[in-house]
Amino acid sequence: MLERAEIVRKEYLRHDKKFPHVWCPGCGNGIAMGAILRAIQSLGLSKDEVVMASGIGCSGRMPTYVDFNTIHTTHGRALTFSTGIKLANPALTVLTVMGDGDATAIGGNHFIHAARRNIDLTAIIINNSIYGMTGGQYSPTTPFGSQTTTSVYGHVEHAFSIAELAATAGASFVARSTVYHAAHLEEMLKLAISKRGFSVMEVISNCHVQYGKKNKLGGAVQMLNSYKDNAVKVEKAAKMSPEELEGKITIGVLADVEKPISTEVYRQVVEQARLKAEKITKEKDKDGVKRYEE
Amino acid sequence: MEIDEKQNKVLLQGNEAIVAGALAAGCNFFAGYPITPASEISELLSVKLPEVGGTFIQMEDEIASMGAVIGASLAGAKALTATSGPGFSLIQENLGYGCITEAPCVIVNVMRGGPSTGLPTSVSQGDVQMARWGTHGDHPIIVLAVSSVADCFSITVKAFNLSEKYRIPVIILSDEVVAHTRESVVLPAEESIRVFDRVKPDVPPEWYKPYADNNRGVPDMANFGDGYRHHVTGLVHDENGFPTQNGKEVDAFLRRIHGKISKGFKEIQVTKTFLMEDAEVCVIAYGSVARSALRAVRDARKSGVKAGLVQLVTLFPFPRKTVDTYLRQCRAAIVPEMNMGQIAREVSRVNQADCRIVKHNRIDGHLITPDEIFKHLSTV
Repeated sequence: MLERAEIVRKEYLRHDKKFPHVWCPGCGNGIAMGAILRAIQSLGLSKDEVVMASGIGCSGRMPTYVDFNTIHTTHGRALTFSTGIKLANPALTVLTVMGDGDATAIGGNHFIHAARRNIDLTAIIINNSIYGMTGGQYSPTTPFGSQTTTSVYGHVEHAFSIAELAATAGASFVARSTVYHAAHLEEMLKLAISKRGFSVMEVISNCHVQYGKKNKLGGAVQMLNSYKDNAVKVEKAAKMSPEELEGKITIGVLADVEKPISTEVYRQVVEQARLKAEKITKEKDKDGVKRYEE
Repeated sequence: MEIDEKQNKVLLQGNEAIVAGALAAGCNFFAGYPITPASEISELLSVKLPEVGGTFIQMEDEIASMGAVIGASLAGAKALTATSGPGFSLIQENLGYGCITEAPCVIVNVMRGGPSTGLPTSVSQGDVQMARWGTHGDHPIIVLAVSSVADCFSITVKAFNLSEKYRIPVIILSDEVVAHTRESVVLPAEESIRVFDRVKPDVPPEWYKPYADNNRGVPDMANFGDGYRHHVTGLVHDENGFPTQNGKEVDAFLRRIHGKISKGFKEIQVTKTFLMEDAEVCVIAYGSVARSALRAVRDARKSGVKAGLVQLVTLFPFPRKTVDTYLRQCRAAIVPEMNMGQIAREVSRVNQADCRIVKHNRIDGHLITPDEIFKHLSTV
């Protein structure tokens, strides 16, 4: 394991560039990044064919550190950039790293439409239940009743379940894991990245500096331990009642369906349109009249 | 629609001519969102792009359209979006991203009456200053205005060429009248159209500095997937593309992206003049209003007034030198606009002479007529 981590570090990090990173000691983002890099390594993808896009926030800094084609976009819009990149060069493997606020508040509309559209993209959402970079305001995944800098009386709104939202919106593949379950996370990421179609990987992560501190959940170690204690594999969760699942984190593959990928269907459209256009050109050559619009 | 083969003469509306111009310039990607009066551009490209192996996508809003356009551009496409006022407001966020990351792309704004939902089917020129300053922060931009169907074709080709050459988003301001007017135009033969493609790096990947200065101020551009792995960010970045807060690097970067446009003034700033050789009064106009102005100038000449027209094709960077030359020559300049004086403000700003600037503003959703301009010409 250590040997492999060393290979990944040497091979995939831009270690001569912008380190030290901006993340707080103990932040789950590093574990998520490590799992992503190991997943890419074991899938045997070349660095030139991988694009990592991100939005704004703590997670948004990840592309800076990794040696792929990388793009740090605007807040909430990463998936729209990824859509353009993938459509312009379908040979690229495009990963989009977002936070919970990034993906489901400001970027919520882009997120559900990307899922509906089913372009072959992988969305990795690191969910730490708070806006960390701006100082700890409530996000769409902040639990009801929680303390944040903008909900000091206890949060009065209800949280999104990102994975369920993605599945309902039409994502081809949805999985959830946590930063405690690094090996499981890596396996899930491998499935998500190799899945053809829009796939969503929700990574439950700790922001002990903002969320943990305000809600008295302890430091990084305590928060990671709580993921260990509360995680339930999806197979086991299927046999449990909603009451028993209260406060638990269901991990594993939550949705995996086959459906046409819009980019591939579009390629067929292009072929048809080309043939039709060629036919019109040939007819034009016969009677000498060019028809501009058909 | 039939084309006379010998002349390549064709009956088109402005929006259709923009499509023809885009395709002639090599456009192979379009992302947009339906909006009046720009929708014909989307509709026609959804038919035409697949025929040439390109990609059309209708996004969930204009923010997303602009994101997809920049993403496609970074992956090597010549990308276009088209919208009108309300959509142009949404585009501003990622337009700034396009400026700071130097992503070539073209944005068409078919202007309609505003503010807000305003007058969706009426003509206006209300977005001129927004095209210049709409996105936050000091940024360079190129804004071109079209006044006829023929313009729609040639200016769109020029817009793509400038965006590729200077690595910058180029905005085409059209308006509802130009967009929906049908005119018979002679399109240039395919082989006579000059198309400029972005300059790609030829150094080994490990030597590539994606944002390094050179004598043009425009760094060579590698596309994602070309083997030149690099970082793109909306944060101010150093020549390697990584975020920096070092004052020296920040200053050098921002001055370079402004400077690359200044270096190209000669090529970027286009104005057309009519009867200006001996003119004593002139009209400074752009867009569909320039058509009315030309007629007014001719009528004025017939009645003995030495009038001329300065038609602004490039609105920004504002062609200060050219305008200043004509302001020195004339005793008065009439600036007719379908807004409250957004270009008149630029004209006044550059006016170093004793030239009297006369604003003529119409904001009722109708085109300024030649008569309205003629009245000014015959009285100033």
